[in-house]
Amino acid sequence: MFGLRKSDSALLLIVIALTVLAPFILNPFPENSVMAQFNAGYPDLMQRLVIFGIFAIGFNILFGLTGYLSFGHAAFLGVGSYAGVWMIKLLTLNVIPAIVVSVIVAGAFSLLVGWISLRRSGIYFSILTLAFAQMSYALAYSVLTPITGGETGLQPKVGDPRILDAALEEGVTPRANLFGMFMNDSYDMVVGGWIFTFNVGYYIAAICMVLAFYLSIRIFRSPFGLMLRAVKSNQQRLNYTGIESKPYTLAAFVISGMYAGLAGGLLVAMDTQAGAERMFWTASGEVVLMTILGGAGTLIGPVLGAGFIKYFENIVSKINANILETWFSFMPDGLSDVFVGIIYPFIGKGWHLTLGILFMLVVIFLPGGLVQGGQKIAGMFKNKKDGSDSATSSASAAPAE
Amino acid sequence: MEAIVLQILNGLDKGSAYALIALGLTLIFGTLGVVNFAHGALFMIGAFCAVTLSKILTLSHVVIDATKKDFLGNPLKVEVPYIYDFVGENAGNVIIDWAVPLSILFAIPIMVLIGFIMERGLIKHFYKRPHADQILVTFGLAIVMQEVIKYFYGANPIPTPAPEAFKGSLDFGAMLGFEANSIIYPYWRLVYFSFAAVIIGGVFAFLQFTTFGMVVRAGMADRETVGLLGINIDKRFTIMFGLAAAVAGLAGVMYTPINSPNYHMGMDFLVLSFVVVVVGGMGSLSGAVLAGFLLGILESFASMTAVLETLPGINQIIIYLVAIIVLLTRPRGLMGKAGVMEE
Amino acid sequence: MSIIKPTRRGLLRTSAVAGAGLAMPTIFTGSASAYMNEPTGSSVTLGFNVPQSGPYADEGADELRAYELAVEHLNGGGDGGMMNTFSSKELKGNGILGKKVEYVTGDTQTKADAARASAKSMIEKDGAIMITGGSSSGVAVAVQALCQEAGIIFMAGLTHSNDTTGKDKKANGFRHFFNSYMSGAALAPVLANAYGKDRKAYHLTADYNWGYTTEEAVRESTEAMGWETVNAVKTPLTQTDFSSYIAPVLQSDADVLVLNHYGGNMINSLTNAVQFGLRDKLVNGKNFEIIVPLYSRLMARGAGENVKGIFGSTNWHWSLQDEGSKAFVKSFGEKYGFPPSQAAHTTYCQTLLYADAAERAGTFNPCGIAEALEGFEFDGLGNGKTLYRAEDHQCFKDVLVVKGKENPTSEFDILEVVEVTPVSQVTYDANIPQMGGPEATLGDCNPGA
Repeated sequence: MFGLRKSDSALLLIVIALTVLAPFILNPFPENSVMAQFNAGYPDLMQRLVIFGIFAIGFNILFGLTGYLSFGHAAFLGVGSYAGVWMIKLLTLNVIPAIVVSVIVAGAFSLLVGWISLRRSGIYFSILTLAFAQMSYALAYSVLTPITGGETGLQPKVGDPRILDAALEEGVTPRANLFGMFMNDSYDMVVGGWIFTFNVGYYIAAICMVLAFYLSIRIFRSPFGLMLRAVKSNQQRLNYTGIESKPYTLAAFVISGMYAGLAGGLLVAMDTQAGAERMFWTASGEVVLMTILGGAGTLIGPVLGAGFIKYFENIVSKINANILETWFSFMPDGLSDVFVGIIYPFIGKGWHLTLGILFMLVVIFLPGGLVQGGQKIAGMFKNKKDGSDSATSSASAAPAE
Repeated sequence: MEAIVLQILNGLDKGSAYALIALGLTLIFGTLGVVNFAHGALFMIGAFCAVTLSKILTLSHVVIDATKKDFLGNPLKVEVPYIYDFVGENAGNVIIDWAVPLSILFAIPIMVLIGFIMERGLIKHFYKRPHADQILVTFGLAIVMQEVIKYFYGANPIPTPAPEAFKGSLDFGAMLGFEANSIIYPYWRLVYFSFAAVIIGGVFAFLQFTTFGMVVRAGMADRETVGLLGINIDKRFTIMFGLAAAVAGLAGVMYTPINSPNYHMGMDFLVLSFVVVVVGGMGSLSGAVLAGFLLGILESFASMTAVLETLPGINQIIIYLVAIIVLLTRPRGLMGKAGVMEE
Repeated sequence: MSIIKPTRRGLLRTSAVAGAGLAMPTIFTGSASAYMNEPTGSSVTLGFNVPQSGPYADEGADELRAYELAVEHLNGGGDGGMMNTFSSKELKGNGILGKKVEYVTGDTQTKADAARASAKSMIEKDGAIMITGGSSSGVAVAVQALCQEAGIIFMAGLTHSNDTTGKDKKANGFRHFFNSYMSGAALAPVLANAYGKDRKAYHLTADYNWGYTTEEAVRESTEAMGWETVNAVKTPLTQTDFSSYIAPVLQSDADVLVLNHYGGNMINSLTNAVQFGLRDKLVNGKNFEIIVPLYSRLMARGAGENVKGIFGSTNWHWSLQDEGSKAFVKSFGEKYGFPPSQAAHTTYCQTLLYADAAERAGTFNPCGIAEALEGFEFDGLGNGKTLYRAEDHQCFKDVLVVKGKENPTSEFDILEVVEVTPVSQVTYDANIPQMGGPEATLGDCNPGA
C-alpha cells in the first residue's frame, strides 16, 4: 500500500489513526474530574505535538540515518518562522504562502549552513552548526531587530500591507486562516462528562505531519536512505569505493532543514508570532533530546520523543500546590501534607527536575529510547511467539552515534 | 594603546575562566572518552560550595532587639552568627570576610567526592555507549543538579564578595608609565588569573612528571594496550574524574566574587566551554588552554567601541565566528588529533 | 461538520457536568455566548502566567504569592489588604460579580513562545477569562498580542519597555507598571540635583528592545538637563562578564556610568563596575557615579553591597507609608513573612483593578472591562492618585526615585526612597516618537466571539 512494505504501511496506518483520533486519545479523563489536569486534548498542545513531531522526524533523517549530529537545527525552524510571519504581514493572512515560503527559506539557509558545516564531521560538524545557530539567535535578538522584532518578536499588525488581501473590516484583529477557516476554530463534542475538541489548525498540522512521516518512510527505505546509512556505518570505506558522500549528506541536511522550516511555518500559522528564543541553543538541544529519547534512527521514535517532552513542558508545569492539595484532600490532614510535600518539588516550577530525572532513567534503562520500551512491552505480551511482526520492529533500533 | 593593553588584560582574565573549564572537560574527554554535559554544573556546584560555606559561617541565632522595629512594626529580630560566640566578633568577621578563599579547602573534598560518585555511579556505565547517550544522560544530570540547587538557594544570584583586602584595583597603567587611571585592574581578577595559571600549570606538571600522570597519558593515547599491560586503568580514571571535577569546582569557587553565582551559571558556560574545547582540538589539553585565552582576548577586542562602530553586533557573535573560521582552516581545531570524535 | 467559533470552555464545562450520565452525545452549535470563555457556572478562572523557571523565577514566585493573596482577598478571605484602601468600593469580598475566583498557573520561562503556549493552554483548556503576569517586556508584548487575537483581557505584570503601551499597544492589554520614559523623566531632575548639570554620561545598554527604549528615555531627559552623552555601547543579553565593557569607561572622559541593564545583566555589570573601582575615582574633578535606571529589590539583592548609594527608579517600594501600601505590606508580610516586591505589588493591583472593572461594568466581557478601565481614576493602591489612560492603557502615577541604602537593617531593606516624582512630571503625550508615534494604535477591543 502507498508503495510501502507491509510493516511500514501498518505503521503509517497506525500513525494516521493516532493523529485522527488524537482529540479522543489525549482527553481520556472527564472534564471536572481530578485527572482532567492530565488531559492534553486542547488545540494548542495538540498542534505543538504534531509540529514538533515534524521537526523531530526531519532531524532524524539527518541524525538517525547519517549520524551527523547537528546542534543548530533550531536556526532553520526560526528562520522559517520569520519568513512565515513576513508572508502573513506582506502577502496574505492565508497560511499557505507562509508555510511554503518557510520551507523554501529554511531550505536555502540550510543549504548554505550545510555546505559549509559538512566540510567537517563528528563533533567539529556539531560545533559548526551550533555556531551558525547561535549567531542567528544573537543577531536576531539584537542588531536585526528591525527585521525580526528582537526581544518582542514579530507579529502581524492591523496596519500591515497584506497586498493580496482585501482590507480588513474596521476593528477586526488580523488572524491567520486557510480560505476563511481560522486556525483556532474548533468543533466541540460533548459526550457525557467528556469534551473532545476538533480543531482546524490541528488537523492542518496533522495532515502535514502524516505527509512528512510518509515521506520519511520513503526516504528511509529508498536507495538514497541506504546510501545515508552507509555514510553512518563507515564513511571512509564509502569514499574509498569512489563515492563522493557529501552530495548525499548535504541532501539529507537540506531535507531535514526543510522539515524544520515546515515546522516553523506551521508554528507561525497556528500562532502568528516568531521570537528569537526559538533559535537559542537550548531549542536545538531540545530536538536532539526528542530524537534520542524517542529512539534515534527509528521511524516513530522522534515523534514519541517530541510528544513526551512537549507534554511534560505543558502539563506538569501547570500543576500547582493548590491542585496538589485537592488531589490529596481525601487523606487525613497530616498525611496529605506529607504527600504534597514530597510531590511538590517535582511539579509546577519543578517540572525541569522531573524532566531531567526522566531523561536519565530513559537513557540508563532504555538505550534504544522509548521505542525500545514499547518493544519490550510488546515483547512481554507476545511472549514466546515470534515478535518479528511488531509495528515498530520494522525500524532498526540500533543505537545511534 | 592603553585601550589595547586593557583589553588584553580583560581577555587573559576571561580566557582563564574559559581555559579552566575547558581543561576539565578535555581531561574527562581525553582520558575517559566521555562527553560530559554536566561539566558546567560542576562549575556551578563549586560556586555554590562558596555560597554554602559563607552560609555556614553566618549561621545565626536570633536576638530580639526591642529598640528597633521590623517592616511589620514588630520588634526587630537581629541575627547573630554563632561564630561570634566562638571566636568573638572581630575574629568572626575576619573569618566571614575570607569565606571565599576558605571555600577552596571546603570545595576540594566535596568536588572530588562528587566526581567519584558521578564516575562510579553513572559515567562508568556509559564508557561503551554512544556519545549521544552520554550527552543525554549527563545533560539530564546537569538539569537535576541545577534544579536541586535552585530548590535550596532560589533562582536569584547570591552575592559572595571577595575579602576586603582584595577589593579595589591596581593602577596598572601608572606602573607601565601610562597616565594614571588609564589602565586599572581589580585585585581579585588578578588573583583569579594567577590562580588559574597555577592550576593549569599544576595539572600539566602532574600529568607530565608523575608516574600516575604518565599512565593516564598512556591511557589517553591507547587505553586497551595500557589495560593489557596489567595496569588498573579504571581506578586511575576515577581519580582523573575526581580531579577534573575539582578543577571545575575551584574555577567556580574563585569566580563567585567576579559575578554573583546563580543556579544556571553552569549552562551559561557550558556551550561556550564546548566551543573552546573544540576550537582547541578534541583531546588536546594545551589546545583547550590556548583556545580559552584566544577566545577570551578576541571577545574583549570585539567589545571595543572602535570595533563596534565599524562592525555593529560583532560582540554578539565573535566567539562563534572565530570558531567557524578556525574549524574551516584547521580541520581539527588548533591542536586536535586525527580521528578523535570525527565519526 | 459545522465549524463553530472558538471554544467556550466555561460554558461547555458546566454543561458537561449537567450532561454527565447522558449516553447521547450533546453537540453544541453556535448557541449564544457573547464573548470568549464566558463564565456560566458559579466560578470564574483567572490565568496567572509567571516565570517559574529561568533567571526570573524568584520574581515570578513573588508575583504568584501576590496573586494568591489577591484571590484570597477577592473571595473574602484574609484581612482584605488593599481592598479596604482602594478608592472604588465595588469589591465586596464575594468573588467577582458574585462568582468565586479560581485560578490556574503556568510557566512563561521568560520566553515568548513558552509564555504564549502557557497562556493558550489557560485559555483553551482551563477557560481562563483573563491572563496576567510576566517579568519581561518580550513576554508581555507577545502574550498581549495573543490575548488581543483570542479576545481575552491581558493585565501586564512587570514590563518596563515603552513598547508594551507604545509601539505594540493593544486594546485588550493594560499596564499598571511604569515604563522607560517615566524612569528617565523622574530620574533626570533628581540626578541633576545630586550630581550637577554638567556631567558626561557613558551608557552601557542591553542590546534588545527594552535596553533601547530605556537608553533613549534616559538620554533624552538627562540631555535636556544639560548632561552630555559621551558614548553608548550595546552589550549582548547573554554576556555574563562585563569587564571588557566596564574597563574602557575610565579611558573616556565620562564621569557618570548609566547601566541600562536588568536582572542578571544588571547584577553582573554593577558588580563589575564597582569591582573596577569606578566609584572611587575622581574624573573632571567630580566623583564618578553609577546609575541604574530600573531597580528591582529582588535583583538588587543579588548585587549585595554594590548597590549602596546608587540611584535608580522603581514602581513601588514596601517602605512607603501611605495607607494602601501599609495595608498591602501587612497582609503580604503576615502571610509570607517578608515584605512584597514591586513585582508582587503591581500584579496584586492588576488583579484588583480587573475585578473592580468587572464589577463596575457588570460583565466579564473584555469590551465592557476595557471600557471600565479606560480613563479610570483611582487611589489607595499604594501609588497615590492614578489614572488608567484611555489612549494607551498605561497607568499614570507618581514614580519613585530610590537609592541603595547605606546601612540596611535586613536583607529586604536594600533601597530607600529619595523622592516621589509627581505624576505631572512623568506624563507624556501618547503620540510622542518614543511611544511609536501616531501610527501606533490600540485597535479595537476584541471579545473573541
